[in-house]
Amino acid sequence: MSVATAVSESAMAHTSKQVGVACHNLVKDCGTGETAVRVLHGITVDVLASELTLLVGPSGCGKTTLISIIAGLLYPTSGDVSLFGTAQSSLKGGKLVNFRARNVGFVFQQYNLLPSLTAAENASIPLLIQGMPRPKAIEEANRVLNDVGLGNKLKSKPNQLSGGQQQRVAIARALVHQPRLLVCDEPTAALDAHSGQTVMELLKRVAVQPDRSVIVVTHDSRVYSYGDRILEMADGRIVSS
Amino acid sequence: MNWVAWKMLNGDTVKYLATVFGVAFGVLLIAQQCSIFVGIIGRTANPIADVREPDIWVMDPYLQNSDEIKPLTDGDVYRIRGLTGVDWAVRMYKGLARAKVESGMFRQVILLGIDDHTLIGAPDRIIMGDLADLRQPDAVMVDAAGYNALWPGEPFKLGRELEMNDRRAKIVGICNTSAPFQTFPVMFARYSQAIGFTAKERNQLSFIVASPEPGYTSQEVCNIIKKETEFEALTYRQFFWLNIGYYLEHTGIPVNFGITIALGFIVGTAIAGQTFYLFTLENLKQFGALKAMGVTNMRLLGMVLLQAMIVGVIGYSLGMGLTALFFEVSTKMLPDLRGLHLLWEIAAGTAVVVVFIIIFASVLSVQKVLRLEPAVVFR
Repeated sequence: MSVATAVSESAMAHTSKQVGVACHNLVKDCGTGETAVRVLHGITVDVLASELTLLVGPSGCGKTTLISIIAGLLYPTSGDVSLFGTAQSSLKGGKLVNFRARNVGFVFQQYNLLPSLTAAENASIPLLIQGMPRPKAIEEANRVLNDVGLGNKLKSKPNQLSGGQQQRVAIARALVHQPRLLVCDEPTAALDAHSGQTVMELLKRVAVQPDRSVIVVTHDSRVYSYGDRILEMADGRIVSS
Repeated sequence: MNWVAWKMLNGDTVKYLATVFGVAFGVLLIAQQCSIFVGIIGRTANPIADVREPDIWVMDPYLQNSDEIKPLTDGDVYRIRGLTGVDWAVRMYKGLARAKVESGMFRQVILLGIDDHTLIGAPDRIIMGDLADLRQPDAVMVDAAGYNALWPGEPFKLGRELEMNDRRAKIVGICNTSAPFQTFPVMFARYSQAIGFTAKERNQLSFIVASPEPGYTSQEVCNIIKKETEFEALTYRQFFWLNIGYYLEHTGIPVNFGITIALGFIVGTAIAGQTFYLFTLENLKQFGALKAMGVTNMRLLGMVLLQAMIVGVIGYSLGMGLTALFFEVSTKMLPDLRGLHLLWEIAAGTAVVVVFIIIFASVLSVQKVLRLEPAVVFR
């Protein structure tokens, strides 16, 4: 499926949904002085809640920088991002870190599971960060792992799981604390086609909620059909949405 | 999150053990070498250190250590007794003699001649025999290690005879003494007998040992002796350190042990620091993910410090255990190592060194973690 087709199909039902992420005139420069490079050129875009939004584009177009800013991992040079009405520019240092801990979930391309922890322990980390007692956090993690179909792998360590299973643990970890924004960076890139589809189906089924925005960065055109909306980037700009 | 830090640390068993053993090895080297150094240097003041009744030692003013002695005259003891502040003063002989046993085997021995009347200077840890028997003709007491050196493998038996300076000597007691520097047997005899067991010199009085009268301190009496005579007078403690100072200054012992101790420190720091640094480096992506998920820098710092502390405590305990085991086993198997042991001061000092190693390893590692951009997880 081409980006244009997917975009035209998904563009129809925008109007009634809540805006989860609002980016306003985001500019990001990397480096200083003569070596400074503008990575984002004034991006203004809304990401709706209850949708799975795909962010696509060639390597180096600024996708990673954009989701890093949206997730509160990088500060923009100028412009602002608000997440369900909270402007990130109003949060500095520890407040931003706390905000991120409570409201953002991450799924990484390489899973980034801690090898010495079991699936349940890995999935419980966001709750532990928020100070929940370990037994309760593990109990919650077990529940979410059941939701993603890994109820029989709770005590398995990452090296005992397939790539697809590890990514499902990562999804459970990203969702266990009920974040309002889920950011997925190339979640299918390290997986075979079947596992990739399973992961995308899972994201679509479990992650997408009325009060949650889901952004998936991907190069994989096979998963475009899962997107409710596709934002295409090139040279630091959104070229189609 | 402390639990996560602990799990991260022991997740890679090989690296975890390498770091722990790095610290343990450093601790073992430092504590063991320091203990042996302190033990051997302490021996230079033995067996003088065993003579505790007198607190004042009078000697030739040019004496540099208790093994190089210029004798005083026998009459000098009366001059000391006549001085203000001296409660009592007695003669003491210290020298080397050659002891030959029935089989013809001989050993150089350290001979201590103690006061004939009061037996001041006698050993206080007698394991066989009676001190009063030293008053018998030709009587000597020998230390247990010395007995084993003279009659290897034979059980302790009183009444055995040996020969020193063509004179008969009879073992009337066996005692324990602090091991001397040269590990020679130590023998005790009355002063009048002792000077007969060695080659004749015109003067043979090695030291006059004395005690202050009530109302005088040892230092005050020493000052009086120095003022009223041409002799040097030192308190027990001063004499003890004079011997140690001589060996520290005039032998290669401190340099030799110093190098080993420094190597222990460097090796411990290098192994523990490098392994721990590599461990953190390899987990950087995980730390980055935790940072992205909302773990603060302070919390990450706490996690790295906790990991370092665990490595330090386990490595230190292991190293100290091995050091203690070394002394426990070696001193039982090798009598010449007797008296060498792990001092609490060295254990405490080594703990400070471990804290330094751990801080060094943590600082090296934690900088990477603190400077880590959480966005690195997307790269």
